[in-house]
Amino acid sequence: MTAILSVHDLEKTFGSIVAARDITLDVPAEQTVGIIGANGAGKTTFINMITGHLRPSKGTIRLEDRDITGWPSRAITRLGISRSFQVAQIFPSLTVFENMCAAAAAGGSDGALKRVLAPLRSSATIGHADAALELFRISPYRHVRASTLPQGVRKLLDIAMAVVGSPRILLLDEPTSGISVEEKFGVMDVVMSALKSRKLTVLFVEHDMEIVARFADRVLAFYDGTVIADGAPAVALADPRVQTLISGTKPESASHA
Amino acid sequence: MLTAFAILTDGLVYAAYLFVVAIGLTLIFGVMKILNVTHGSFYAFGAFGAASAVGIYFEKGWPVAGGFLIMVLVAMGIGLVLGLIIERGLLRLVCGRDEVIVVLVTFAASLILEDMILLIWGTQSYPLYQPLAAAGNFEVGSLVLSGYDMGLIALAVALAIAAHWALRYTRYGRLLTVVIFDHETAAAFGINVSVVFTVTFIIGAMLGVLGGAVMAPKISVTLGIGVEVTVLAFAVVATGGMGSIEGALVGALIVGLCRAAAVHLAPQLELFVIYAVMALVLVFRPHGLFTQVAPRKI
Amino acid sequence: MWSRTNLGALAFIAAAAAAPALPAWLVSLATIAFANGLVVLGLVVLWRAGLVPFGQALFYAIGAYAVALLSRHAGWEDVFLLVAIGAAAAGIVAFLVGFLLARYRDIFFAMLSLAMSMILYGVLVKTQTLGSTDGFHVEAASFLGYAPHGQALNLMLFWLVLAVSAIAALLISLYFRTVAGALAVPVRDNEIRLEFLGISVNRLIHLKLVIAGTLAGLGGALAALAVGHVDPNMAYWTTSGGFVFVTILAGAGSVAAAFVGSFLFELARSIAVDLVPGLWQLILGSVLLLTILFLPEGLGSVFHRVRRSAEKAS
Repeated sequence: MTAILSVHDLEKTFGSIVAARDITLDVPAEQTVGIIGANGAGKTTFINMITGHLRPSKGTIRLEDRDITGWPSRAITRLGISRSFQVAQIFPSLTVFENMCAAAAAGGSDGALKRVLAPLRSSATIGHADAALELFRISPYRHVRASTLPQGVRKLLDIAMAVVGSPRILLLDEPTSGISVEEKFGVMDVVMSALKSRKLTVLFVEHDMEIVARFADRVLAFYDGTVIADGAPAVALADPRVQTLISGTKPESASHA
Repeated sequence: MLTAFAILTDGLVYAAYLFVVAIGLTLIFGVMKILNVTHGSFYAFGAFGAASAVGIYFEKGWPVAGGFLIMVLVAMGIGLVLGLIIERGLLRLVCGRDEVIVVLVTFAASLILEDMILLIWGTQSYPLYQPLAAAGNFEVGSLVLSGYDMGLIALAVALAIAAHWALRYTRYGRLLTVVIFDHETAAAFGINVSVVFTVTFIIGAMLGVLGGAVMAPKISVTLGIGVEVTVLAFAVVATGGMGSIEGALVGALIVGLCRAAAVHLAPQLELFVIYAVMALVLVFRPHGLFTQVAPRKI
Repeated sequence: MWSRTNLGALAFIAAAAAAPALPAWLVSLATIAFANGLVVLGLVVLWRAGLVPFGQALFYAIGAYAVALLSRHAGWEDVFLLVAIGAAAAGIVAFLVGFLLARYRDIFFAMLSLAMSMILYGVLVKTQTLGSTDGFHVEAASFLGYAPHGQALNLMLFWLVLAVSAIAALLISLYFRTVAGALAVPVRDNEIRLEFLGISVNRLIHLKLVIAGTLAGLGGALAALAVGHVDPNMAYWTTSGGFVFVTILAGAGSVAAAFVGSFLFELARSIAVDLVPGLWQLILGSVLLLTILFLPEGLGSVFHRVRRSAEKAS
């Protein structure tokens, strides 16, 4: 069985700085992977390499059978790898519905002139936009200007925009950052059920260990540019190295690497 | 050989002129992030003001050295008044709005000032020959160099040194460096950014006016000089890097020497070469030669 | 029923019908205004994407000089041919220049665009065969064989410009509803997100540059015929500045505003020059300032408010 995403010996150096090294893993289709690690541990570097925004210095990335190492980001998006952002990247002067239409139209077009000159509000585009709004439960905000949205809805819109183009793999960069503690679980519930219903493979970066424990099928723990734990949440989160270096659950943890 | 030397001297003189004109523009952009289209009008006011004031002065037969002093004082006075009116009166009103809107406000102001010059000085031209004559000529080999031109080069060098020293070693200069880096950070440090803006704009205006004042003896002081100078100053500043004093210096040198080369070797390329060089630099260094642009973080 | 398109069509037809009854100076003024309105329309296309070029005069001058040169040296007379070639020449240059220009944003975009227009200006001013600073006259024109003179020529030119403007207005309105046109605002708002969604923003902007350049060339070609003369000033930075000026004055949102704004501008300039010849720049500068300060959305916003209160009342 081919994993939908597999990376092998992935490495990224910037001059003498090794931002990521020795990363080898396979992600089976429809798995939900939680990525944890302190800032600077290599999580974002890893994501940027997969989305094509950074060219790996060494190693390969495969999408099913296809080698996509070093491919430009637009091509990778077209193949079905999409991402959302730590700070929601939306179009502030448009309404929620207009944001979704823009995302749907962008996803549908391959840049060819005749597609780009087709009407934006085609029934297909509107259909996809409406469906995504429903899926993420933000239809009530349809006509609200995106700049005035509350944070939780903003993040949902950001993720919905990444999903409307029917990707196969979705990378979520800190989906609950900036959301209040009371709302975090609610938002993640909506997001995860939406993504599961679309049968997406999900990799999400999170700092909140409870969220990771609840929603991930598998945990990747990053430290100092490499993966130090890879397994089911119960196992990975209990790993003593993870607890010492990342989650800090052990109260008498005194060693700092 | 003679041509090469002529190109060098002409180029340096022209570069000096460009630098004096452009330094105010780049300073205002660097600190306030405003592309000040009114700069050409400041220049024009300087030229006309000097032509009038210094002309009258010399007619009265007063000592020559005082004439040069009057030139500078007139420039500073006009610069102060214009700078205050434009910055406090006009720019304050569009503070915080889109950059293009601010540029258009300065464009509108330049139109108004252009007509004010017409109202005050009319359509005739005001020759100012006395300072040139007073400065005399030097002979270097078979070339005759004008004393005034040499003075212009000296002024440009002095300004460059003064600006460099002021930015590095004076308290105000260091404040400016922080404000140039980021307005909000500067304000968070307790710097009164609003006052810094006003002072900077006035200094920039004075420098623009000074540029016009010192150039008055060399050009035909008539309507339209402001418009010409504006786009020329932009070319220098964009080439060198907007907001950078070294950039203005290097930009002025490049544009000055290229233009001098064109004038001597291929006169029909004179105007073309200035903007072609600018475009060429922008192709390889979109932000000019001396600026760094911070990438956006998401 | 009173949709914008219908209203617009009605307005154009009314203008065309009224022309023979209007004074000649007004018809000539309107001709130039609408020709310039085409340039402004191109600016609106770019403005929506957050780009303000300060060198549209480049394309304007190319269109104008193409017409002038062909009519003088090749002896071509047919306006349709001349205008089409003028627009096409500008469009081709826009396509070529666009490969570079589409990579720039904000003030650097404006500066590079300015530099390119000034390069053309520099060439035109110093080249004797192109007329140097005096420029040269554009010979009389013929319309598919019919060669009118005097008042008839004025009217024919007006109807030509009107027809071209109407078609351009319609096409651009349709363009705003396409993916490329509608994504202009997302480009302005958050171009990085658009890139992450798979769109090449540079290519999109390249397309807009070609559209704006072609429109400017079209305007320049028509202006050359209307004025009967071309000179290097058509490439000068103040000409570009004037077009941007009108774009703001009109309110950079709508197609109609481009033409109405251009007309009002020409009218205002004409009146100002007549009444107070020494102060027309002062007056226009003040008008621009007042608009920027008190009508941030331009004159177009006045139309919107009038329409909205009319809708509320009904």
